[in-house]
Amino acid sequence: MDSHAINDLKKLLGADAVLHRPEELLLYEYDGSVEVARPNCVVFPRHTKEVVGIVQIANRYQIPMIGRGAGTGLSGGALARQGGVLVVFSRMNRILEIDVENQCAVVQPGVVNADLSVAVAQTGLHFAPDPSSQKASTIGGNVSENSGGPHTLAYGVTTNHVHSLEAVLPTGELVRLGSPALDSPGYDLPGLFVGSEGTLALVTEITVKLTRLPETVKTLLAIFDTVDDATETVVDITARGITPAACEMLDGWTIRAVEAYVHAGFPVDCAAVLLLEVDGLREAAEQHAEEVADVCRLHHAREVRVARDARERDLLWKGRKNAFGAVGRLSPTYYVQDGVIPRTKLPQTLRRINEIGEKYGFEIGNIFHAGDGNLHPIILFDAREEKQFQRAVASADEIIGFCIEMGGSITGEHGVGMEKDRLMPLLFTEDDMNLMRRVRDAYNPVGLLNPGKIFPDTKGCGEIHVRPLPVAGASRA
Amino acid sequence: MPATPPQSHEDAQREFALTLSGFSATDKPEYEDYSRCVHCGLCSNNCPTYRLWGREADSPRGRIRQMALVDQGRLEIGDTFVTHIDRCLNCRNCESVCPSGVEYGKILELARAQIEQKYKRPFTSRVLRDFIYRRLLPYPKRIAAAARTLRFYQRWGLASLARNTGILRLLGLQDRESLLPKIDSNFFFSELGKTFPAQGRQRARVAFFAGCVAQVTFSELNRATIRVLQANGCEVVVTAEQVCCGALAAHAGVRDVARNLARANFSAFHADDFDAIITNAAGCGSTLKEYSQLFTENEADLESACKFSAKVRDISEFLADLGLVAPLRPLPMRVTYQDSCHLVHGQKIREAPRKLIRAVPSVELVEMALSDLCCGSAGVYNVMEPKAALDLLSDKMHHAQQTKAQAILTANPGCILQLRAGAAIHKTGQEVLHVIELLDRALIKS
Repeated sequence: MDSHAINDLKKLLGADAVLHRPEELLLYEYDGSVEVARPNCVVFPRHTKEVVGIVQIANRYQIPMIGRGAGTGLSGGALARQGGVLVVFSRMNRILEIDVENQCAVVQPGVVNADLSVAVAQTGLHFAPDPSSQKASTIGGNVSENSGGPHTLAYGVTTNHVHSLEAVLPTGELVRLGSPALDSPGYDLPGLFVGSEGTLALVTEITVKLTRLPETVKTLLAIFDTVDDATETVVDITARGITPAACEMLDGWTIRAVEAYVHAGFPVDCAAVLLLEVDGLREAAEQHAEEVADVCRLHHAREVRVARDARERDLLWKGRKNAFGAVGRLSPTYYVQDGVIPRTKLPQTLRRINEIGEKYGFEIGNIFHAGDGNLHPIILFDAREEKQFQRAVASADEIIGFCIEMGGSITGEHGVGMEKDRLMPLLFTEDDMNLMRRVRDAYNPVGLLNPGKIFPDTKGCGEIHVRPLPVAGASRA
Repeated sequence: MPATPPQSHEDAQREFALTLSGFSATDKPEYEDYSRCVHCGLCSNNCPTYRLWGREADSPRGRIRQMALVDQGRLEIGDTFVTHIDRCLNCRNCESVCPSGVEYGKILELARAQIEQKYKRPFTSRVLRDFIYRRLLPYPKRIAAAARTLRFYQRWGLASLARNTGILRLLGLQDRESLLPKIDSNFFFSELGKTFPAQGRQRARVAFFAGCVAQVTFSELNRATIRVLQANGCEVVVTAEQVCCGALAAHAGVRDVARNLARANFSAFHADDFDAIITNAAGCGSTLKEYSQLFTENEADLESACKFSAKVRDISEFLADLGLVAPLRPLPMRVTYQDSCHLVHGQKIREAPRKLIRAVPSVELVEMALSDLCCGSAGVYNVMEPKAALDLLSDKMHHAQQTKAQAILTANPGCILQLRAGAAIHKTGQEVLHVIELLDRALIKS
């Protein structure tokens, strides 16, 4: 990269906030996914004005720029695919305002998701989007990826909890999108920008909605001897008009991995468990819990356990939340896929995933946000053997292909990023994608902001994307 | 047998070019251990240094990545690597949140062992480290001698003289002086070899691990620990030949010293003779419980290590399990508890000290925010990296003050020193006590 550009950045931000030596850049070539791409420079702005300055310098030297929060993303969204300057928001991490009466807060993008909920816990409020990464991932990153989590089923995804945004466009203008009021006249631009995977603007301030904590939470564990019984239960519960706050499923293989490590009390000889949660006012929650338990029994649940207190509830959730880590103990590397299917197609999809596993000779565990039909198959492989990695990717692609066949999608919550751009044509026609490209180009005309993401770009040199081997580990949900 | 460090940068580079890995064969982070990290990044917000600086290189994930890069021959063990590995507090908070079960403390210490073997530190740093880890801490008599010298300095007003004349400021030591412990009048060394009988019916027979520097700066805490054990029906044996646990040496990567100290302790304590080996220092406890990590090769030592470690209990863990029987008088006061990292993250003990605090009548325990985040003490970290240690301390005192507690309780001598310095620097007027000192104060003494 032009040394003048680095000098300009140092002048703007101070030497401490600019990294450019090779050994420093090596630590920004990865995120939480299996993708790898190295930036030419990394900067740490402290306030909006500095972000504007960075964008101006990037424009002056025609350098790509890429926003990044905590780097927990799972599709390479915050990686510098074509080099450039990585704008890391870890030092813009202040909660600027908390308005308890109006249930909202104004935060800088680097505020960690869970930190906001901790900061307002005493008021009985919380920030509802709960990606599994919430202890570390930033709200800015959640906004870029439109993150969801186990409680998305009832509470919605990030976009449902964002009132307005302050953002710096790739051309350098500072704009405010939406209004702090509940309804905003004009186009729903926050709706467009949330989930745009960092391709439309660098977000510098977010006004989020805070949600009251439910009065009562009931957590149930239903144990099944066949996977089909478990999946049919999910379909039946939602068909009856009950919306659980969460509805997670683990298959037998995953349960055995989890139990060996967490001891959450999951029976190791069963085929599947459902972790169900209902919340709300005490009477309603208790009644719904009863109904949910009845449906489970109707579908031959071997046993339905209801957590008696917070400790038992935490233990059940610990089993779910540590599932990926538990798998990590079986194999140093694994590849987590993220696909969506209509939840009515769960039984046949799971059978197909098993067949694909056998065909490629991999063990594949399954963890679902079953209520949303969001699948996370975990493919175990050894990264030290290059052929294994390629076969793992091939088997994952086959799973995603089947999801689309079932009327689903290529990603539920991890995003497209640089992982799945090549799969977009499976879902959209060239015209569909051109419309989206035109939206991007309206804000990001030269393509300096986060280039090479979401769309299989035919512009430029027509690069062939070859994945380098991951150093160690792989991605998770 | 530690390898000789390379004599020059050129030597290091030559070796680097010859072997694909930048690590030597002995005492190195193993692929099977570090590759458990799937770089999900869930640890970053729990890492004190990442919270301070927001940089990947100073996060657990980034440090593990740097180790992997060295092992792959893509990064050398040079100034950058050493800086970021040195800056780690080794608080192991990342282990508590890691979904993949990465044993970070273990691989960090091995990375430091590699630095010991492969990197030549600046002259003063080498001399200082050699003095502390190899010539001072392993030898009780030298600790006593050094303590007597320091006591002379403290008692005869030389400290205030040094302060007033600005000598400390000239030497850049003005902040560090507040971190220096006050040297005791009556060293604990005099109790070695003694046995203290149980009061009432004997419920257990335990050995007491007295520590090294603690014997000249925390003698009263050690005596309080023995009194509380006696009052709760334990016969306490303070074995004579015991030495430093080796934690500081192991944390610094000086593993040959740590191994020798461990072996000396295997002989000093006949583990079979006791129901438990008790320590009141969380930092010592976690090393004593993990002695097996020092001996992967030698089976005889490994067996001794496992036998020894199986008996080690932190005082709060032991008492909470045993149950308190000594009557306690009410102490009407509001307190807060700072989790000692090597108790909560190293030994996974969170509830036991809180249970003991609540056992004292009229004591009100108010939790502070982020109580399990390091205070910046971290062994000798506050001396080696004073700026970061004081920044962390400043946040810690802010949270402690918000609880309006009269006393901050904790579970490790190092934390006590740091928090006392914090209370003095930030003028919070809060008393800092070990959980056991609170119990001792509440004992109804005949």
